[in-house]
Amino acid sequence: MAIAFYILAFLSILGGVLMVTRKNPLSSAFSLILSLVAVAGLFAMLLAEFIFILQILVYAGAIMVLVIFTIMLLNLKREEIRETPVGKFQVVFLIIVCAACAFGFIEIFSDIPAADVATAEDFGSIEQVGRLMLGDYLFPFEVISVLLLVAIVGVVLLAKRVI
Amino acid sequence: MDYLIIILKALFIWIVPLIFLLVLIWVERKGSSFIQDRTGPNRAAIAGVRLAGLVHLIADVVKLLWKEMMIPAGVNRLFFMIAPFIGFTFVLLSFAVIPWADTLVVAGREIPMQLATLNVGVLFILAITSLEVYGAVLAGWASNNKFALLGGLRSTAQMISYEIPLGLAIVGIFMTFETVQLNEIVRGQGELLWGFLPKWGVVVQPLGFILFLTAAFAEANRNPFDLPEGESEIVAGFHTEYSGMRFALFYMTEYVAIVLMAAIIATLYFGGWQVPWMTTEKLVAHASIVRSVLFATFGVGAAVFAWWMWVFTKRVRGRFGDMREKEGIVLGVPCAIAAVVLLYLLFRYYGAQPSEAGAGVVALVSQTVMFLVKMAFFCWFFIWVRWSLPRFRYDQLMRLGWKTMIPLSFVNIFVTGLVILLISR
Amino acid sequence: MGEVTIQHYLSLSAILFFIGVYGVLFRRNLIIMFMSIELMLNAVNLSFVTFARYSATMDGHVIAFFVMALAAAEAGIGLAILVMVFRNRTTVQADDLTLMRD
Repeated sequence: MAIAFYILAFLSILGGVLMVTRKNPLSSAFSLILSLVAVAGLFAMLLAEFIFILQILVYAGAIMVLVIFTIMLLNLKREEIRETPVGKFQVVFLIIVCAACAFGFIEIFSDIPAADVATAEDFGSIEQVGRLMLGDYLFPFEVISVLLLVAIVGVVLLAKRVI
Repeated sequence: MDYLIIILKALFIWIVPLIFLLVLIWVERKGSSFIQDRTGPNRAAIAGVRLAGLVHLIADVVKLLWKEMMIPAGVNRLFFMIAPFIGFTFVLLSFAVIPWADTLVVAGREIPMQLATLNVGVLFILAITSLEVYGAVLAGWASNNKFALLGGLRSTAQMISYEIPLGLAIVGIFMTFETVQLNEIVRGQGELLWGFLPKWGVVVQPLGFILFLTAAFAEANRNPFDLPEGESEIVAGFHTEYSGMRFALFYMTEYVAIVLMAAIIATLYFGGWQVPWMTTEKLVAHASIVRSVLFATFGVGAAVFAWWMWVFTKRVRGRFGDMREKEGIVLGVPCAIAAVVLLYLLFRYYGAQPSEAGAGVVALVSQTVMFLVKMAFFCWFFIWVRWSLPRFRYDQLMRLGWKTMIPLSFVNIFVTGLVILLISR
Repeated sequence: MGEVTIQHYLSLSAILFFIGVYGVLFRRNLIIMFMSIELMLNAVNLSFVTFARYSATMDGHVIAFFVMALAAAEAGIGLAILVMVFRNRTTVQADDLTLMRD
């Protein structure tokens, strides 16, 4: 299954890189959708079935539709190339250094078992997530629902045209 | 051997919706003409044989293949060309989790009759439905045309608005059958309520069924919700600028979406592959009777159709003076041969007990036939409603979706929970 | 190719996160900045689910669920603010929003 991981990882990184380099906002949005679906595949490989479906339903299917809607309604075109405040090459070098550090830190300081850990048979199923959410995480669950309500009211209020 | 089974299942899921699609195009035109009291298309012919409009399918395919696939000026070529494929791919992908029969137990191994036995079952269909939106929105925007953009945005808004009642209506089914997997839901519908009523989804969730049916019409962009492609309103909506095979892909996407929604409604609310009052064990136990019934039904059906063709041939003898008189023979003779073969098989194997694998296959065939019959009924229902109801205006559509159906689906969930709680006391 | 270990997933998560950071820092279009934030949230989700898998607990899944709900709320409000900014200033370039500077 390693080949599946490498293909999905390549697609997600490709989507990310395309997103931050395209000048057309819509191309960026679709590259991000590619990246999100690839990450959903990675979730499925990590035996997280519910999170896999949720990623496609919520992220790729709802949030990105909202973003694309906004881009189309505002009719955003290809942006003109502007001068960046810091030179590009320094930035790229810095990012490579940071990624290498991240890799290195993980290699050195991981005392987490590297091989596959045996998991329960219904690991990642909806039932287990539900039990946790209504058990240990009941309070955050309720708070999230209030937060979503606040967000909806806020959005309606913000985007209303003043008559 | 495993790969062979997977390939066969994939072929089944690929071919059956496409066959339904072809038949559906013909049924739409002839059915609409039947509802509107006219004759419908009956001119296309192969060597003079007209076959009541079936040849029009071939004529349509040939026309769409040979039409010029124009790309208007100023469009983004990549998006313009990708858009038809996105919708069609995702709508065909959703068929992977729909079971068309119960698990086949043969030679000690269990073969589930769905392509992907996911644990998250129905949520997969909801997720893919939410991705289909991109086909419409991309087509509308990439066409560099104001009407197409308006149609694309309207279609997107309609589809994402009606995804919510679609999902919420199914929550009642999840609560009643205590599972998300489609095969388990269909199996749960085999039980009997009060001794005689099959526990079908429509019986335990009538309000949920109505909500889901309405939301399914809206998701398939189908009348009375077909404002995004309303012909008299905004030319042709998001597929205005498409011609030739690309337009054919949009056309096919719409019909395969109808077949998909019909399959889901049949699976969740009408018992799927369940033959009423006959569970899989009963079918396997009485396999010889079931097999005789199957042979008899198809044999008698073919014989009746052949006799009708013979009567038709006698009636139109000498009226037209060309090949149309021979149509009855063209259709009737193969059906007569099929009827003779089936009735011969019926009498030859009457009473002979099938082997265990044979009994399983007989159960499989009868359940598949039941599923296809239910699916066909709902496809016809979609066409029936299209030609009976006027179109919703856009603000009426939005008001119905957000202000009526979402509160009703919450009420449905609440009442379902209450009833389950009271029953389990 | 070898086995895929936890380090692979965590490195991928770090790389995606840094791509998002690059997008937020060096793109001046507000929508691209917003999408880069979504990419960063995704990378963090991947990290949570990885740790959940390799310690056989499911708390990571629940936290990833909450992060997704939060991202949805943030998407709504962020885009509403963006629409309002566009209505008033007719631009979505962060460089043009200099009203409170000097």
